[in-house]
Amino acid sequence: MKEIVAIIRPNKLDEVKDALEKIGCHGITVTEVKGRGRQLGITESYRGSDYRIDMLPKTRLEIIVADEDLDGVIKSIVETAQTGDIGDGKIFISAVEEVVRIRTGERGEKAV
Amino acid sequence: MDPVLNSGDTAWMLISTALVMLMTVPGVALFYGGLTKKVNVLNTMFMSLIAFSITSIIWVLYGYQFAFGEDMLFGLIGNPVNLLFSGIGVDQLSTLATTVPETVFIAFQMTFAAITIALVSGAVVERMKVSSWMVFVVAWVTLVYVPIAHWVWGGGFLAQLGALDFAGGTVVHINSGVAALALVLLLGRRKDTKLLPHQLGYSVIGAALLWFGWFGFNAGSALTAGGLAGQAFINTNTAAAAAMISWVIIDYLKTGKPTVLGAISGAIAGLVAITPAAGFVTVQAAVIIGLITSVVSYFAISFMKSKLGYDDALDVFGIHGMSGLWGALATGLFAAPFVNELGTGLFYGNPGQLVTQIIAIVVVAGYSFVATLIIGKVIDIVMGLRAEEKEEIEGLDITQHEETGYRI
Repeated sequence: MKEIVAIIRPNKLDEVKDALEKIGCHGITVTEVKGRGRQLGITESYRGSDYRIDMLPKTRLEIIVADEDLDGVIKSIVETAQTGDIGDGKIFISAVEEVVRIRTGERGEKAV
Repeated sequence: MDPVLNSGDTAWMLISTALVMLMTVPGVALFYGGLTKKVNVLNTMFMSLIAFSITSIIWVLYGYQFAFGEDMLFGLIGNPVNLLFSGIGVDQLSTLATTVPETVFIAFQMTFAAITIALVSGAVVERMKVSSWMVFVVAWVTLVYVPIAHWVWGGGFLAQLGALDFAGGTVVHINSGVAALALVLLLGRRKDTKLLPHQLGYSVIGAALLWFGWFGFNAGSALTAGGLAGQAFINTNTAAAAAMISWVIIDYLKTGKPTVLGAISGAIAGLVAITPAAGFVTVQAAVIIGLITSVVSYFAISFMKSKLGYDDALDVFGIHGMSGLWGALATGLFAAPFVNELGTGLFYGNPGQLVTQIIAIVVVAGYSFVATLIIGKVIDIVMGLRAEEKEEIEGLDITQHEETGYRI
């Protein structure tokens, strides 16, 4: 099992969610977050002075998938969250040792 | 012929009074509130709210009487025969607005005093103790606004000299702008001096309410519901529109994009600049006054402020002080005798008017600056002007009011 943490543009959330639903991936946790990437934010101008805004609003998705579903989910997120411009976000993947469904006590992939 | 009450004039003055009230609360409160950090939004709005209340009481108890009482002491102050509002009859007509009741004129002028001190707050937000602000409002309205209003409008020495200020270029805008500068020099810079508006939408609404209320401010200053009020009204709108356009053009030239804050800043600068001239100049002059004023204020904000290093948080000096200065000078240039027989400017053959305007500017700015410094220094010694550093970092809403603007 793998955990996918995806940082995406907030306005892409609905598109990504719908795309994941189409490939049968329903379980998803969403958090509103702030952060910055390599470009160190954006510049805003107020009354003739420029200010760097280095913490931008982003949306963080946490998804746990079975190993065989991993590539499909990643492909789907990349295809829908991509605009080609700086600030599209990143996807981090890590191994998950165990999953437990609290309601039933089931463990492993059955509990995903 | 004895003066007779005119119900049309009176109705217009009552409406104008309510319009000017709207400029302070919610106009200034929203305009300033949106520009501050979100941890200071309530404190910023409170400064305008409480300024309006305190000034309202001062004005009826003694402020109006000293400002507009019969001139005494060689033009320095009015004779306060009606202290505590005594002896002002319900049907008594005003001596300065002869077709409206004195009560209406008093109320109208009260709203001017209130907005002037509320404007000062924009410079000192995000760091001034709220208790000190309230004491400052009492002292400043009493010792700075009231005498200056007498000098220019109440028959004092600048009025006798022939200084022109239709609706408050010197009394309201230069006065508040220079006082703001003096107070920030005493307070010092904030820890975080960036202007990053937390809710620019509030500021747009606030600026629009200011523009709307400004029709009462300027056209109401005609003191009659007639042609002069109409001229002041159209001049006001024209200058604001021209100034917004010129600020947007400057934005385009500097950054390639028209900013919303630039557009509303330009509109306010235009409204400020036309204020002293509104009832003296032609519409064509209003266009020129408006177009030029954005250049003046933009220069002050983006160049002079950073060069001199003072922390005028919301640019009160840059916009009100500098555009007020330009407007007062422009009145001396463009005042047309066929618009208002009381004013003839340089371009209509009276260079002396420009000299008079410069004298009024220097006197008002000089007095406002020095008196504000003294008042501020005394308050600083007695109770301290500035919030503690940790209060400033945490935000003044929680530390001064124990309230928060947003709970989301």
